[in-house]
Amino acid sequence: MQEIVRMVDILKVYPNGIVANQKVNFSIVEGEIHALVGENGAGKSTLMKILFGIEQPTEGSIVLNGQEVKFSNPQEAIKHGIGMVHQHFMLVPSLTVAENIVLGDEPKKAGGLLDIQKAIADTAEIAKRYHFDIDPKAKVEDCSVGTKQKIEILKALFHGAKVLILDEPTAVLTPQETSELFKELMLLKDKGHTIVFISHKLNEVKEITDRITIMRAGKDVGTYDTDKVSKEDISNLMVGREIVWDLDKSKAEPRDVAVQVENVTLVNEHKRKLLDDVNFSIRKGEILGVVGVEGNGQRELVDVLTGLQQASLGTITINGENIQRYSIRKIRDLGLSHIPEDRMTLGVAEYASIEENLLSIYFDKPEFLNGPFMKLKQINAWAKEKVVDYRVKTGSEKTPVKMLSGGNIQKVVVAREFSNNPKVIIADQPTRGIDVGAAQFIHKKLIELRDKGCAVLLVSADLTEVMDLSDSLVVFYNGRIVGYFEDASLLSETELGLYMLGLKAQSEAEIRRCVYA
Amino acid sequence: MLKQWLKKQSVDSKFETLRFSVAIIIALLVAFGLILLVSKEPFEALRHLFLGPISKFRKIGNVVETAIPLTFLGLSVSVMFSANQFNMGSSGALFMGGTVAAIVGLTLPLPTGIHPLVALLFAGVVGGIITSIPAIIKLKWNASELVSSLMLNFVALNLGLYLIMNHFRDPDAGTLASFKFPATALLPTLVKGTRIHFGIFIVILMVIVIWLFLAKTKWGYALRMTGMNMNFAKYSGISTAAVILYSQFIGGFLAGMAGAVEVLGMYDRFRWQMMPTYAFDGVIVAVLGKRNPIFVPVAAILLAYIRVGADTMSVNSDVSYEMISIIQGFIIIMIAANAFLKHYRQKMVVKEATSHD
Repeated sequence: MQEIVRMVDILKVYPNGIVANQKVNFSIVEGEIHALVGENGAGKSTLMKILFGIEQPTEGSIVLNGQEVKFSNPQEAIKHGIGMVHQHFMLVPSLTVAENIVLGDEPKKAGGLLDIQKAIADTAEIAKRYHFDIDPKAKVEDCSVGTKQKIEILKALFHGAKVLILDEPTAVLTPQETSELFKELMLLKDKGHTIVFISHKLNEVKEITDRITIMRAGKDVGTYDTDKVSKEDISNLMVGREIVWDLDKSKAEPRDVAVQVENVTLVNEHKRKLLDDVNFSIRKGEILGVVGVEGNGQRELVDVLTGLQQASLGTITINGENIQRYSIRKIRDLGLSHIPEDRMTLGVAEYASIEENLLSIYFDKPEFLNGPFMKLKQINAWAKEKVVDYRVKTGSEKTPVKMLSGGNIQKVVVAREFSNNPKVIIADQPTRGIDVGAAQFIHKKLIELRDKGCAVLLVSADLTEVMDLSDSLVVFYNGRIVGYFEDASLLSETELGLYMLGLKAQSEAEIRRCVYA
Repeated sequence: MLKQWLKKQSVDSKFETLRFSVAIIIALLVAFGLILLVSKEPFEALRHLFLGPISKFRKIGNVVETAIPLTFLGLSVSVMFSANQFNMGSSGALFMGGTVAAIVGLTLPLPTGIHPLVALLFAGVVGGIITSIPAIIKLKWNASELVSSLMLNFVALNLGLYLIMNHFRDPDAGTLASFKFPATALLPTLVKGTRIHFGIFIVILMVIVIWLFLAKTKWGYALRMTGMNMNFAKYSGISTAAVILYSQFIGGFLAGMAGAVEVLGMYDRFRWQMMPTYAFDGVIVAVLGKRNPIFVPVAAILLAYIRVGADTMSVNSDVSYEMISIIQGFIIIMIAANAFLKHYRQKMVVKEATSHD
């Protein structure tokens, strides 16, 4: 087999001083599916962004088919037959599939106008060649997540990609969509394409790849044939320590209801029902998981529970108090803590220090105040303690949060939200995009709080997380609850997938079981 | 000593110091070049520009007098901008502050000592109301505070002029000006041979108060968090609407006081016929001082020094005062340009990041 890409001694230092790649060597051969695995922040994405020309290496070189190349932008990489599908899709929603696919290399009629017929024909042709089931005339905004990903892949192929980089392609897919994607990837491989598959889901890596390169803390720790290493070996190499695979979790002992959601409906300005007559309870001492394909009402549910939005209809009570028209402050004073989905927009002020970020829900508590003046020494000592307790890796509590890695930023958020003896925790994607070590730490803390009698609502797109951690589960589809599973451990991923896709739903009476008195 | 201190500084603060110094040096070099081009006696002109402000005791006085309102307005803009509100209403607040101080001075019979303080207080409140209006409009109807505050300045200017010219104008003054203020209303001059007045104590007090407010109080904390990330502040339960209101009120209060201090400290009548340029200078000072109340007076003195130097130069040489606006423009552009010297910064970062291994 012939080597197609070799990256030699890649060093990348970002302007904020983070060293993302430290002398990384990476090599792929033609026609293989090559996994690039590692914890978040290990430098996988950076390495691939360098290969695709989005970032330039501080030092090191790239050899493509035996020749040294330098890409100063993605266009140059595309010209050399490299394509990348990003974690977040880069499509124009208001344009059609065909228009998106030809964008950047459009077929033109005389006079420079877009030849839309040819664009459609080209799209249909390439979709047929690769057995992708796609309607070239559909608008991208009407497509499902799985289809959007297909469009991205086709787009790269249309632009002549021989080497295709997929950045965590399965993160947003249901199990069914994932298996479909894998079939397509195998087909691409048969046609001679080379695929780099960035992931940290080891099951998938084992299933589909030929070789694996593992990265840890900005360095490569080796390349292996996939069938010669076990999942445990890979994970040890990834984190550099033994991972306990099973969560140490005792059975939940749910007590009385902490949060009661009754007939909650949320209608948006286009009169669409984002939440449609939702009823359920969160009980003290249990973790209730919420699953669903993104965009089926989970975000809105979190918004109405935490006071970021008002429900159009229905009532929500927290420990007996109806929170309608309550300010966020008043809801928080009832003992509600919130780990937001998007930590950079809601969870932190990135230019503020760790200490200031920890303080945002405590700054006017009497123990920290002397009249209107903050007791800065006391606050500093408290912040130091939190940094240690929550193992935030930093030189000082005065460091701006933006200098930290994703996992450490999340620890700052969690440290703040968990430190006030919360009675109710709304954890929205609590471990999204952070490393395994930090994720485990957060999981442990959640279970600890549950055992202390806290009511936890866990919303997560990571099925493994939500199934392992939750005691019971509700499935959202189209703003409605379509299934309730009292014991999450009895459920399989496939079964759950059917509910998530709306292919299966429980009866009213079965769903009603998630409302407790 | 210096080496140790440098070692303790982060790359960012080292780099910022460097960037500021280089920006100012480049701007001065540009000034130097321009003066060489336009002047027949460039070295004479430069001497006046750089040494003029310290050539006479009176000139040093001029620097201090000019720095007083600049500091006030630098503080005003710093507080408002710290809440991430681009409120330019300081101009209007300053003008109305001056107007109100004049009216209080002319109409209320109060004893010495109390009289100017009452005038300052009224001026501050009116200034605060003026800068609060754009904030209220923004909160209620989501109108850009930048646009509405700039427009509001015309309202404030003409309202002030109307009040003075139609109700308090002294027909015997010879120019368009109000009646003479009674002696009780004036801020006394402190240093003989200059016009340095009691206002300097007020402004020093305000620097300390605003520094304490922003850095040490719960309100200052809420203000800074709102300014850095409003969504984060909201999510944390901070009432961001209240923060926006009080931050803009305080900013306007300071500008209103500045107007009062200027009118009662520097003049014996209300003499403004158009908008003084201090308010836009306030933006320059706030940017130069990085919105830090402690740096604001330093920036104000620097700007005042350049102003007085330019003044001296234009009187004593063939280079005109306008030249100084060009220099200022350069400094601001250099400082505002975040990516300026970016490559040098990257080198510093790489060096620092790889030196730990």
